[in-house]
Amino acid sequence: MSDTPLLQLQNITKAFGSVQALDDVDFEVRAGEVMALVGDNGAGKSTLVKCVAGTHAADSGRILFEGNEVHIHGPKDAAKLGIEVVYQDLALCDNLDVVQNMYLGREINRAQILSEAPMEQHTSETLKSLAVTTIKSVRQTVATLSGGQRQSVAVARAVMWNSKLVILDEPTAALGVAQTEQVLELVRRLGSQGLGVMLISHNLHDVFETADRITVLRLGRNVGVFERRETTQQAVVEAITAGQPTKVSGIPSTAAAGADA
Amino acid sequence: MTSAEVVGPDRAPPLEEEQLPTGIRGAWERTKLNVRTGNLGAVPLIVGEVAVVIVFGLTATNFFTSTNFVNLITQTAGTCMLAYGVVFVLLLGEIDLSIGFLAGIGALVVAELQLPGSSWQMNGLLAMLVAVAVCAAIGGVQGSIVAFVGVPSFVVTLAGFLIWQGVLLNKLQQRGTIIIEDRWINYTDLYIFSPGAGWLIAAIFTALYPISVLYKKVVARGTQIAQQSWTSSILKTIGIGIAAFGTVAICNNGKIISTPLGLPLAGVIMVVFFVLLTFLAKWTTFGRHVYAVGGNAEAARRAGINVSRVRVIVFMISGAMAAIGGIIFAAQVNSVALTFPPDNLLLNAIAAAVIGGVSLFGGRGEVRGALLGAVLIGTLQNGLNTLNISNGWIYIVTGLVLLGAVTLDTVAVRLQARSGR
Repeated sequence: MSDTPLLQLQNITKAFGSVQALDDVDFEVRAGEVMALVGDNGAGKSTLVKCVAGTHAADSGRILFEGNEVHIHGPKDAAKLGIEVVYQDLALCDNLDVVQNMYLGREINRAQILSEAPMEQHTSETLKSLAVTTIKSVRQTVATLSGGQRQSVAVARAVMWNSKLVILDEPTAALGVAQTEQVLELVRRLGSQGLGVMLISHNLHDVFETADRITVLRLGRNVGVFERRETTQQAVVEAITAGQPTKVSGIPSTAAAGADA
Repeated sequence: MTSAEVVGPDRAPPLEEEQLPTGIRGAWERTKLNVRTGNLGAVPLIVGEVAVVIVFGLTATNFFTSTNFVNLITQTAGTCMLAYGVVFVLLLGEIDLSIGFLAGIGALVVAELQLPGSSWQMNGLLAMLVAVAVCAAIGGVQGSIVAFVGVPSFVVTLAGFLIWQGVLLNKLQQRGTIIIEDRWINYTDLYIFSPGAGWLIAAIFTALYPISVLYKKVVARGTQIAQQSWTSSILKTIGIGIAAFGTVAICNNGKIISTPLGLPLAGVIMVVFFVLLTFLAKWTTFGRHVYAVGGNAEAARRAGINVSRVRVIVFMISGAMAAIGGIIFAAQVNSVALTFPPDNLLLNAIAAAVIGGVSLFGGRGEVRGALLGAVLIGTLQNGLNTLNISNGWIYIVTGLVLLGAVTLDTVAVRLQARSGR
């Protein structure tokens, strides 16, 4: 793992009117690690994701990507940097097949005429490289896929575009037990392939199955960063429900503030 | 835990198709599977059309004649043009109620521009281009209100329905009937190809389908889209060939008094637009985006598709197709009068698309549906006319067919969902 984090957020602040959604929040993801972002409802998880994805602009604070300060003004900027977001409600078109969904909005074409063959081949290769083996045919419509398979397609689509950071927003929220396992396996594989993964979840079981580190937010503030191997679900739950706002140790820029933890 | 264990219980329902034998037996097995799973395609429409033709052929004296067949084509072409536009609008999950009177506006513009003696008189071909452009622009304005302001398309185009009806009424009450003398305009409906030219056209259209199949098999070697079975391709080619050459044979056989008939240009226009618009819908980036926006507009937006642009262009297509249909209708009677547009044009066009299997909820349907639906409705109404049945009954029968077709389609979709296809 390199020393420079892939994505580093410093002192991010965001207010909606009088509501302070994010208050001086720090966050980082390294390449090749799964960083979970947990917190209760209203903790600011989604707002933080939207700041990274370019949906919202932060009021203040710095975003560093691969060590360089960047300004993300929209989903296209994020995609250009190599940041892809997989949304909770998947954002797939049920009436289109797997290939068509994987290339939605970025179809390979020559003079506006679709080049189906390379799209289909590349889709098959991507699914294979992620060991998504349950999808029988890449020409099935997405409507015929199970929830887990659909999530796999959504994740594979995010990975396919040479992305460096994949943000997963509640990827297992609507899935059964077996399907959840399938998706978690996929999330672990992303990390081991060298991508940075930001996993937003309510489900601590999922988080402890996959994450390397866990960032906890409470009421828009940092309350801790935990190494998964060195902590317990109990400790994380306490942080989520009753953690004291604190600057986080382990992130160099905030090391000084971490003393009062 | 290996991935195989993890994913075990999450198998998709198997696609039985893969185990089917090839050749004629395979085609038969596949047909049985398709019927069981509700994957019927265009078959019910073709069966319905054949049934209607047989019934009228046995009951009506003037139906089963070559001359009436040529009539049928020229009567159907206008509705078919509007129905093509409806397909794209419905694919988005929108509706365009203005097309009936937009067809009238298109015809009116053409009639005015070709008017001999007026200072603005222009060549008929140019007049038609202007009319199509005007209606496309009107469609674009209506579409922009839908796409950028967010007013539901039903309301915007209902307003268009009233406005363009009003414009037409004002203009034609003041002007009375405008006669169209320009031959190019009148040709759109009534130009008759010589028998030889008819055969050549039939040969060209018959060749298009196998060429597209071969193109896919060569360009997309090794992928699933190239794996269409030879048997079904050959059978479909034969079917298309029978339809094309049969049409020309019947047309060439017709006569009015002693003037021999032949393939009318209106029929060729129907097929040319079918080919062009199918290409647009299935082979281009734009077509893919239309299906995507109709399937899940939010997903399309997040994927970076300019949803508003797609909507505006689709309403422009709808307006343009309405103008073309209107011109063909005007050419049929060589004039534009207060009786324009013909009875129920709007609803016939929408019914044609819906009978052809285009979903009102967006994202599902094909251009060919409009062609088959328009032909079915046209045959039905033509047949009932030749039987001297009252207009009231014609509406009732058309309504029942619409209801039956959509019910069948709904059941088929449910079967498909149940079988996981």
